[in-house]
Amino acid sequence: MLTIQEIQAQIIEDFSFLPEWDERYAYLIELGQKSPPMAEENRTEDNLVRGCQSLVWLARECHQGVVYLQADSDSLIVKGLAALLLQVFSGQPAEEVSQADLHFFETIGLNQHLSSQRTNGLLAMVNEIRSFAVQCVGEGS
Amino acid sequence: MTLDVQKIRADFPILHTRVYGKPLVYLDNAATTQKPQAVIDAIVDYYTRYNSNIHRAAHHLSNLATEAHEAARRTVQRHINAEHEYEIIFTRGTTEAINLVAYSFGEVFINPGDEVIFTMMDHHSNFVPWQMLCERRGANYHVVPFDENGDLRLDIYQNLLNSKTRLVAFNHVSNSLGTVNPAQEIIRMAHDAGAVVLVDAAQAVQHVDHDVRALDADFYAFSGHKIYGPTGIGVLYGKEKWLDAMPPYQGGGEMIERVTVEKTTYNKLPFKFEAGTPNIVGPIGMAAALDYLNALDFTEVRAHEDAVLAYARKKLLEIDGLKIYGNGKLHTSIVPFNIEGVHHYDLGTLLDTRGVAVRTGHHCTEPIMAALGVEGTVRASLALYNNFEDIDVLVESIHQALKILRR
Ligand SMILES: Cc1ncc(COP(=O)(O)O)c(C=O)c1O
Repeated sequence: MLTIQEIQAQIIEDFSFLPEWDERYAYLIELGQKSPPMAEENRTEDNLVRGCQSLVWLARECHQGVVYLQADSDSLIVKGLAALLLQVFSGQPAEEVSQADLHFFETIGLNQHLSSQRTNGLLAMVNEIRSFAVQCVGEGS
Repeated sequence: MTLDVQKIRADFPILHTRVYGKPLVYLDNAATTQKPQAVIDAIVDYYTRYNSNIHRAAHHLSNLATEAHEAARRTVQRHINAEHEYEIIFTRGTTEAINLVAYSFGEVFINPGDEVIFTMMDHHSNFVPWQMLCERRGANYHVVPFDENGDLRLDIYQNLLNSKTRLVAFNHVSNSLGTVNPAQEIIRMAHDAGAVVLVDAAQAVQHVDHDVRALDADFYAFSGHKIYGPTGIGVLYGKEKWLDAMPPYQGGGEMIERVTVEKTTYNKLPFKFEAGTPNIVGPIGMAAALDYLNALDFTEVRAHEDAVLAYARKKLLEIDGLKIYGNGKLHTSIVPFNIEGVHHYDLGTLLDTRGVAVRTGHHCTEPIMAALGVEGTVRASLALYNNFEDIDVLVESIHQALKILRR
C-alpha cells in the first residue's frame, strides 16, 4: 500500500498532465462522480460539515488504528476535492493521518478551496479528519 | 447624453488587471466596488503630504488633516442632503452604524414590551443587531416577509405596526434580491404609527435616490467601500433630535468635553459618537469617491446601469434552466440566479477561472435563502463601470462552465 506521501506525489503527477483549468476541474468532477457513493445511513446531521458555500458529509471509522473515511457533497467540485482527500487519507494508519504534511492542494493550484474555513467546508473537513485520527491513535493502542 | 463608460473604465486601474491570465470581469460590486484613481490618489496624497492626528494639535499638518476630514463630512452632508453637518457620524461601515443605533437608541428608547420591525430581506447586519437589542431590553421583534417576486408584503407590515412599535429598520435596496423597496411609503407608514425608522442604504446610495430629507429617514446608514471609496469607513446619518437624546456608544478620547474623577461630560455632536482617533483618511477617500460620482450625471449613471441590468437579465434568461430570483416591481444592479442541477459554488469556481468574479453563497442573508428554499445563489452585481461586453463574457463563460458541469 502506498504511503500518504506517495499518494500525494501521484496526484501531483496526474494533475501535471492537465495544464488547463477546465481540464483540471473536469477531472476533479469526474473523480467525485466515480468515487463510491456514500451510504444513505451516513448522511446524517452528525456527519454534516457545514461550509458557507456547500454541504459536506464526512463519515469516519477507526479500526485497529486505521482511519476509514467516506465523503459526499452537494457541490461537484467539493465532492471531487473530498475524493482526493480520501485517496490520501482513507485506509491509512491514524498516526500518519494525524501528522501528515498535506501539500498537494497547493502544488496543483487548488489551495484556494482550502483558504477559508467558512468557504466550502473542505478545510473544516481536513480538521475533522485530523482530530478524528488523533482519537483513533488513542483507541488503537 | 449617455455615460461615457469607456472613459470611466479608464479611471479604475484594477479593471485592467488579469486573473488566471484572463481580463478581469468584475461583477461582485454589491460586495465591494473598485476604486477610481482619484480615490487612490487622495489616500496617497494624505499619507504623503499631511498625515497627522486631528482635532487636537495646533500644528500645520494637524490643521490640514482636520480640515480635510471635516470637509469630507460636509461632502457627505451635501450628498445625502442632511440638514446639519453634525448629523453625519463617521463609523467603520454600515454594520457599525446600525449597531450604534441599536445600542445607543435602544438604551433609552426601547423598553420591555416594545416592538421592533425589520424585514426578511435584510442583511444579517440589519437583522442580528435588532435581535440582540430585543434580547437585551426585553423587547419583541417582527419580521416582514416578501412575496414570490421579492417585494415586501406591505399589507402584513401595515398589520404589524401598532402603538408599541418603536423602531422600523429595512434596507432600501436588497443585496440578495436587488429589490428597491418603496422607502418613502415604508417610512411614512412607520411615522404614522409613531415609530422611528432606520434605512440601511448600503446598496442604495450608489444606485437610487439618496436624499435623507425627501425620505424623511430618522437614521440612514451606508459604507464607503460600496460607493467606490475605501473600506473601514461608513456613515450614520441621524436626525439631530435623536442623536442628541442618545447616550454615547463608546467612551474614550475625542468624545469628551470635560473629564474629572467624579464625572465626565460629553462632547457635542458628532464627536460624542466618535471615540478615539478616528479613521482619518477614510472620510477623505470617501469624499473623493463622492466628488468623482458627483462630477458625473447621476441620471445618466442610473440609465446606464439599468440598461446593462436589463441586458444581463435578458441574456441570462436565455440560458436553459436558469432562474432569476429577484423580480420585484423595482429592482437595481443585482441579479441573483441559479441554474437547474448546477451548484452555485461549482459555477462560481469555473467562472473565476475565466476571470469572471461573481459572488456565490447565501450573501449574509440566510433568512432570504430559507424563504427562497435554496442553500445559496450566484449573484452578479453591477457598478457604473460595467458594460455590455462584461455581460457577454459572463454569459459565454456560463455556457463553457455548463459544458463541464453537465457532462
Ligand atoms: C444591504 C446591506 N446592509 C449592510 C451591509 C453591511 O455592510 P458593511 O459590511 O460594509 O458594514 C451590506 C454589505 O454587504 C449590505 O449589502
